[in-house]
Amino acid sequence: MNAIIVSAVWGVIMMFCSFLVKNRGSYRHIAAFGLLTLLVANILNVKGILLFDIDDHNMLHFSNFGLYFNSIAIFSTLVYVLLTGKEMEKYGKYAAEYFTLIFFVLCGVSVLSAYNNMLMLFIGIEILSIPLYILTGSDKKNLKSNEAALKYFLMGAFSTGLMLMGIALMYGGTGSFQLEIVRAAGKANGTVLSFLEVTGLLFLFVSMAFKVSAAPFHFWTPDVYDGAPTVFTSFMATVVKAAGFIAFIKLCEVRMVETGLDIDKTFGVNWQLLFAILIIATLLVGNITAVFQQSVKRMLAYSSIAQAGFMLFALFSLNDLAKEGILVYSVAYSLATIGIFAVLVKMKDFTFEGFNGLAKKQPVLAAACTIFLLSLAGIPLTAGFFAKYYMLASVIKTGSYTWLVIIAVLFAAVSVYYYFRVIQAMYFKDGEASTEEITPSFKTGLVLLSALIILVGVMPSLVLNYFYF
Amino acid sequence: MIPVLLIVIPLITGLATFFVNNGRGAKMWSLLASIITLAVAAVALFTDSAEQLTCDAAWLPALGAKFSLSMDGMSKMLCLLTAVAFPLVFGATYKNTYNKPGSFYALMLLMQAGLMGVFVSSDALLFYFFWELALIPAYFLCSTWGGEKRIQVTFKFFIYTFVGSLLLLVGILYIHFKTPDASFALQSFYHVKLTAAQQYFVFWLFFIAFAIKMPIFPFHTWQPDTYEQSPTAVTMILSGVMVKMGLYGVIRWVLPIFPAAVLKFDQLIIVLSVIGMLYASLIAIRQDDIKRLIAYSSIAHIGLMCAAIFSSQQIGMQGVMIQMFNHGINVIGLWIVADAIEQQLGTRKFSELGGLAQRAPGLATLLVVMILANIALPLTNAFTGEFLMFNGLFRYSIWMAFIAGISIILAAVYSLNMVQKIFYGRTMPATEYANDASSNIKFVLALLVIVILVLGVYPQPVINLTQDSVQAVLAK
Repeated sequence: MNAIIVSAVWGVIMMFCSFLVKNRGSYRHIAAFGLLTLLVANILNVKGILLFDIDDHNMLHFSNFGLYFNSIAIFSTLVYVLLTGKEMEKYGKYAAEYFTLIFFVLCGVSVLSAYNNMLMLFIGIEILSIPLYILTGSDKKNLKSNEAALKYFLMGAFSTGLMLMGIALMYGGTGSFQLEIVRAAGKANGTVLSFLEVTGLLFLFVSMAFKVSAAPFHFWTPDVYDGAPTVFTSFMATVVKAAGFIAFIKLCEVRMVETGLDIDKTFGVNWQLLFAILIIATLLVGNITAVFQQSVKRMLAYSSIAQAGFMLFALFSLNDLAKEGILVYSVAYSLATIGIFAVLVKMKDFTFEGFNGLAKKQPVLAAACTIFLLSLAGIPLTAGFFAKYYMLASVIKTGSYTWLVIIAVLFAAVSVYYYFRVIQAMYFKDGEASTEEITPSFKTGLVLLSALIILVGVMPSLVLNYFYF
Repeated sequence: MIPVLLIVIPLITGLATFFVNNGRGAKMWSLLASIITLAVAAVALFTDSAEQLTCDAAWLPALGAKFSLSMDGMSKMLCLLTAVAFPLVFGATYKNTYNKPGSFYALMLLMQAGLMGVFVSSDALLFYFFWELALIPAYFLCSTWGGEKRIQVTFKFFIYTFVGSLLLLVGILYIHFKTPDASFALQSFYHVKLTAAQQYFVFWLFFIAFAIKMPIFPFHTWQPDTYEQSPTAVTMILSGVMVKMGLYGVIRWVLPIFPAAVLKFDQLIIVLSVIGMLYASLIAIRQDDIKRLIAYSSIAHIGLMCAAIFSSQQIGMQGVMIQMFNHGINVIGLWIVADAIEQQLGTRKFSELGGLAQRAPGLATLLVVMILANIALPLTNAFTGEFLMFNGLFRYSIWMAFIAGISIILAAVYSLNMVQKIFYGRTMPATEYANDASSNIKFVLALLVIVILVLGVYPQPVINLTQDSVQAVLAK
């Protein structure tokens, strides 16, 4: 509860800052301070200290899993604001509003990580999405940014519509929005679900697949990520995407694991096979299309689809390793992606050629970038390895579907191809990579971030011990 | 304690070398570091106390992985090879200059740390970590300092081996969940109970990773290009030490964990190895480039070792142990000669060389000994190894041994052909004003020749050292 209220309050404070504080440069410092207090408030919640006591009628349930995810999301946002906050001031007149919107997104994230009622799921998704539509279109003079915002809004509205229909059908089938009642209805009926429930679940499934950009519902992703100002793409591709997965896994868990029924037959639909198809399609589309991109930004957009394919494994296997794994994956993927986008923002040319010879001109930038890319590719000694490790292990632990893992690792090898193209451009090709001015504090930030990624990669127990619940 | 030092010394000194900008300083520093490592590896040979040779520390208790290292005879022998190889390589290429020398030597030492780790790990996840740690510096070394086509060629090498390692990871995870105590320890892996069908499946996940590394036909296609395009100092390590990772992996992990699968697939793998031997030898005959010739000859030698491993005879396995060490020594010697010729004359093509023996008699003499060792003439070190391996293969199948034996004749053909074209005959424009090799190269080669002759006459130390490993493996 702490995170929901504090983030909303900070959103309002930032709104007032936009006309009370005249110095544009100070907004990001205020926002960073706000995020720090938000992080503290959330950790207090983990420790059982509640700053607010509001009766939520059991519509929200604050499990440790959700609260840990909040901490990850808030921490990643803090890193993001510290590294790239300055860039946000370049777009439009009212820079403080961007921070306002980011705080509202975090409010939505906190609702999603705690929902216990399908209406709260809907509200959380909406609080999360609407600020993002605005952020996408924040570069008002740029046609591509406008197009991306409109596209995102239409697709988002469409998928939210599907979600509402799904929720309504589920309500028709079970008579409640509460997750535990829906779950109990499943148990009472044995293995056969009503037609309404199956249809409702399918609608929910499709709309969530939209939100996490799983193929074949991914078509908005590359255009939106490419069209949005690069700073905001970074935020969308990391915190927001991970939050979508948390919401999705909570939804899946309700119907599949806790009912304790045979997953394959629970609904008369083979859900695992459905997920397997979704995973293969997502990995295929993301990886193969990323190979052919000429722009690093667009490559990263497709690679984020490919990464989503790996995160889907958590929904597929749904065991203890999967839940830990999705948290580790969120940390590893968010930090590396924020880092690589922070470097990308500083580049003048987003094509692969634009990176040629970066290692000579900016050795620190290139070295940090290499570590981020190695982490995304899942090479050992970086955090990304343990992220992939957990996802693969969670599936192998189920004892079947080893073929799915083998397909996944083959695609992981494909991903090495496009991530390493950037490394090759930076180190082994000659060229005049031109960047914006790089401040020493930015370099220090990158070095610290890469050190963190390696630390998690060598001693994940530092982070993992914190997760055990 | 000793295995930790073997990993930590190159690791720390390597990381420090990144900050050395002065070429001479970087060379001196890394040569010194590699000699210290060699001293530690030599101490390991004469240590029998289990306390000194093992290390068991907590690493990832949540995942069941430990930082556990241990050394038996095979590990000692391969660590010694790794430790010997680096000072030799640094010494022989002392006069070469590199762009950004600090990074070059730093990556070399990191690679050494990875190789050492592979040979001493007794925890599967740790083994996997070091397996990758050895690969990544190699990628950067070859791509930065290699020949003209280095970027594409090295990338092919990297993707190839990376696919292999990912399959290995899947295999490790699969076994991990089958162990009763959910651990990655080597001993738990040895005691895991798998059905025959499971063994047949997971065997290939492991074996493909190792087969790519060795490389075994038909996974060898990355190898000649990579050896040709890499800077020669790196090629020496790749072919002298890194291919042993694959052989070591098979002996340490595949044979004891999947005995049923080994019995089922041994014939297939021996046939593939023998095909590879003949195929590589035939291609080697047609080569006009020293580096490519050595690369193909290396495939042929590795093929024989792989065939001998899968023949599951004690005598053959003993031969493999000896030959792993000897092949490392011999092939590094050949690469040193190739590098000396290329550095001085600027070409590696036989057609542009000739009559070099008149100009460089010292180099010629040393090379001839190397070549004789390469074709396993009696009194050279390779003879014992090959003899034992053929003996093992012969006990497995007469026909296989017969067909594989053809490769000995072919080896003589391409090796002597190379000597003849480079060193004898008429001098060519390129060799007209050549000088003899510089003293550091001759010194290193002379050391190698001594090792070749000593082990050729008296190979018993290596046999004694690795006896325990051979028996442990075959007992499974």
